Amino acid sequence: MAASSERSPPPFPESEEQELEPDLEDEDSDEGADIFTGGMLSDVVMDPPLPTSASEPAKDIFSDAPADSFNDPLNKTSAEPEKTESTGLSKAQVVSLVDKAADDEDLFSDPLGESEDVSAEVHKASQNDVVSKADLFGDDDEEDLFKEPLGAVTKKPQVPLFTEEPNDIFTEAKAGSKAPSDLFTEETFTAPSAAAAAKPSVNTGSKTNGLHSDEEDLFAEATVELSLDSPHNDKRKREAAKPSVPASTLSSSASTSKPQPKTLEELEEEENEDKFDLNISVTNPEKVGDGMNAYMAYKVSTQTTLSMFRSKQFVVRRRFSDFLGLYEKLSEKHAQNGYIVPPPPEKSILGMTKVKVGKEDPSSAEFVERRRAALERYLQRVVCHPSLLQDPDVREFLEKEELPRAVGTQALSGAGFLKMINKATDAVSKMTIKMNESDVWFEEKLQEVESEDQQLRKLHAMVDSLVIHRKELSMNTAMFAKSVAMLGSSEDNTALSRALSQLAEVEDRIEQLHQDQASNDFFIFAELLADYIRLLGAVRACFDQRMKAWQRWQDAQNMLQKKRETEAKLLWANKPDKLQQAKDEIVEWEAKVSQYERDFERVSATVRKEVIRYEKEKTRDFKKQIIRYLESLLQSQQQLIKYWEAFLPEAKAIA
Amino acid sequence: MRSVSVDLNNDSSLLIDIPDALCERDKVKFTVHTKTTLNSFQKPEFSVPRQHEDFIWLHDTLVETEEYAGLIIPPAPPKPDFEGPREKMHKLGEGESTMTKEEYAKMKQELEAEYLAVFKKTVQVHEIFLQRLSSHPVFSKDRNFQIFLEYDQDLSVRRKNAKEFFGGFFKNMVKSADEVLISGIKDVDEFFEQEKTFLLDYFSKIKDATAKAEKMTRSHKNVADDYIHISATVILHTGVPRKVEGRVASDQELKLTELLRYYMRDIQAAKDLLYRRARALADYENSNKALDKARLKSKDIPQAEENQRQCLQKFDKLSESGKQELTSFKGRRVVAFRKNLIEMAELEIKHAKVRIKSAVCSEHNLFTHN
Repeated sequence: MAASSERSPPPFPESEEQELEPDLEDEDSDEGADIFTGGMLSDVVMDPPLPTSASEPAKDIFSDAPADSFNDPLNKTSAEPEKTESTGLSKAQVVSLVDKAADDEDLFSDPLGESEDVSAEVHKASQNDVVSKADLFGDDDEEDLFKEPLGAVTKKPQVPLFTEEPNDIFTEAKAGSKAPSDLFTEETFTAPSAAAAAKPSVNTGSKTNGLHSDEEDLFAEATVELSLDSPHNDKRKREAAKPSVPASTLSSSASTSKPQPKTLEELEEEENEDKFDLNISVTNPEKVGDGMNAYMAYKVSTQTTLSMFRSKQFVVRRRFSDFLGLYEKLSEKHAQNGYIVPPPPEKSILGMTKVKVGKEDPSSAEFVERRRAALERYLQRVVCHPSLLQDPDVREFLEKEELPRAVGTQALSGAGFLKMINKATDAVSKMTIKMNESDVWFEEKLQEVESEDQQLRKLHAMVDSLVIHRKELSMNTAMFAKSVAMLGSSEDNTALSRALSQLAEVEDRIEQLHQDQASNDFFIFAELLADYIRLLGAVRACFDQRMKAWQRWQDAQNMLQKKRETEAKLLWANKPDKLQQAKDEIVEWEAKVSQYERDFERVSATVRKEVIRYEKEKTRDFKKQIIRYLESLLQSQQQLIKYWEAFLPEAKAIA
Repeated sequence: MRSVSVDLNNDSSLLIDIPDALCERDKVKFTVHTKTTLNSFQKPEFSVPRQHEDFIWLHDTLVETEEYAGLIIPPAPPKPDFEGPREKMHKLGEGESTMTKEEYAKMKQELEAEYLAVFKKTVQVHEIFLQRLSSHPVFSKDRNFQIFLEYDQDLSVRRKNAKEFFGGFFKNMVKSADEVLISGIKDVDEFFEQEKTFLLDYFSKIKDATAKAEKMTRSHKNVADDYIHISATVILHTGVPRKVEGRVASDQELKLTELLRYYMRDIQAAKDLLYRRARALADYENSNKALDKARLKSKDIPQAEENQRQCLQKFDKLSESGKQELTSFKGRRVVAFRKNLIEMAELEIKHAKVRIKSAVCSEHNLFTHN
């Protein structure tokens, strides 16, 4: 709660923001009144007595978004040619708006004249209706939602998408389910729908708000997901709402909501909130098929109380490439926004071939077990991430009975080859980008991450050799035990002979102990390190994404500079006919520059948040695992003491 | 210190120990300290400086003495070998730059401890050699032994030259070939026959066990070294002391491996005795044949008779003292095994306890710190 209430307008001064500030203040109330025809909602938005901080994000949207959408379009009219760009964005906006409306039912209950008490009731009602609501939003794809064109609002045929949506959502809501109408009486309901309908229509003109369409989709999706969340899980909802906030940040050119990353404490506080009631286990690895076409299938069982899932418990079977496919999908969607997407274990041709060919080989059994554990940890990491958990692909992966076969995950396939080339070009471009870092925090963190990477690698090599040496030790102990036993058998002093055979037994047990400890070394320690080495790769990738965003921004700036120069030249040459075009271009590029800059800020904020999250998780993981490791050591040592103590009287009995 | 042979000094008439040793490059100078009530020595207490080569000389003279053929001559101490730790030290010095400061300090500490352990071990085996001699009723009266103990100047033993070295090598070859030949001969005495098979068997087994034990301790040491590296790196996270593992390795080596190694050599010595006896037996039989031949030819009969009588006498003497020696060897072996096994078990327990303590301690640290 505290975290979100502290999500105050940032101290970070943005040039545009200052320009826009007066507008904002002026128009806020007007617009609100305009949009929400009855003026009820404007009341709500401005309503100070609303005690829940839940109103905060909503306020952001309601106050920013309208201001924004009306700013631009009012000034610039809808004559701009680049509609397509803003399409999805406004979509996102609308949807997020709707979500907010749905989530924060308090907002709507208030204007109805209902007191706080009643809002509690409504709250209850909403709990009951969660499912139906979820159905409404969840089962229909977005396409469905935004299917019907609403000709009235739009004059631009090339922008069909957002014109439909508001109407669709709400008509469907009205018709299909009782739930929303329960929550909001008819009038209130029409109000936001009108607002929503009105907004995008105006928004058509705001090309400044344009985002790349792929990103837009993403946000739209994310926000749609939000509505699936049960409102009674307040905490989670707010968290879930977070991704939508950057979205609204983007959409509002004023970008007041949070361009500046929150302070460390705030972020940490937020992190404390993520307690997911979600248990995932990967079990029963099973070989399916024969020969080289064989593969391992794993049972992925989920136990959850999250209402976003259809049931509390479900089991699916997934093969390794499905896991890889999930990662591909997630990283495609989220990596570019600066999220740390947990990487799955690497493909191992050698290991898998062994499994395929070998029958009952201990090393292949170990390989399978190792992979199973790694996959389980991988999934757990994914669902631990508040944003990734919301991803439909994740849900599908966990829930859906049959998954389309993941393609392009084969290491030796054409796709794999393409990926390799992409990676190589990425690496080259990374080297060529010289970023003069403006934020010390990122610089330091990146350095930290890099040195950590090195250290972990070193440590991993050491632990690996420890494992090898301990296995050797266990082997040698076994051999020694054998030869002591032989020695005992040929010893002619009975007591000594018995003691020696006892010693052999003790050594045999110790051998087992060493073996167990070796596997503990491996599974607890080495695997943890391997995981984190992989994760560090993802962390670095998110830094790279930030760099890429920066580079794009810089490129746009350079381009703008060039356009300005052209304009100056044209002025000089006095060519008015071309001048207009140059001016248009400048406007266009100015928009792009500010867009990219916001992108960069957003990615930076995400990266910062993600890195802090990663660090916290790392500390927790390491602590947990080291304690576990120490405990295993403790146990084996205690066992050792037992063995030797049992042996001692035998040795003393030698006459 | 006296871990291998026990209660050797129950007879207080001649007490020997090595209180001090000095390592000078390749040479180790032992200070041999003697305390005696025997009047064959000039003073009741004295100390002399001796080198490893002097010990070898003493051993060789004992082996070459004819009268001692029926005795188990205590095995000579092995040559001091500091190459291992020294080489490691060198490597460590080279790798200093690649390690963190703590890691380096820890490795150095560990190597120093190892070096010290090797040094101690070396002193110990030399001491035990002398103690075995001093506690033996016959060897304690040996002239060369007394000279070794008493003569306060440098013995200036001539070092073996290459020819002698190879000669010894050749002799060994002949001996082992002879051994193989003779081992086929059935012994007349049941005791010796049994003892022979037992010792042969035992020797091969203990040799095997020694090799395995050495391997085991070596891998134990590797694990310990890994722990040093890991703990140095992990220290950033925790600060867990994990030195104990290393201690265990050196302790284990000192106890178990040393015991086995010593008895391997001791058994070798006992085998040598058996060999000498078998040789004597063969000689006796040969002389018997010679006598028969002589009688047949009625030529040189008295000479052959004399020869045969001598051989028989020698063989009988050897057999008798051999029997005695082997019996005492058996008792000694059992006692030594008992003591060492107990000590080893106790040490293992102690170390496991220390490790538990340190693990608990570091776990506690983790809970309080993070």
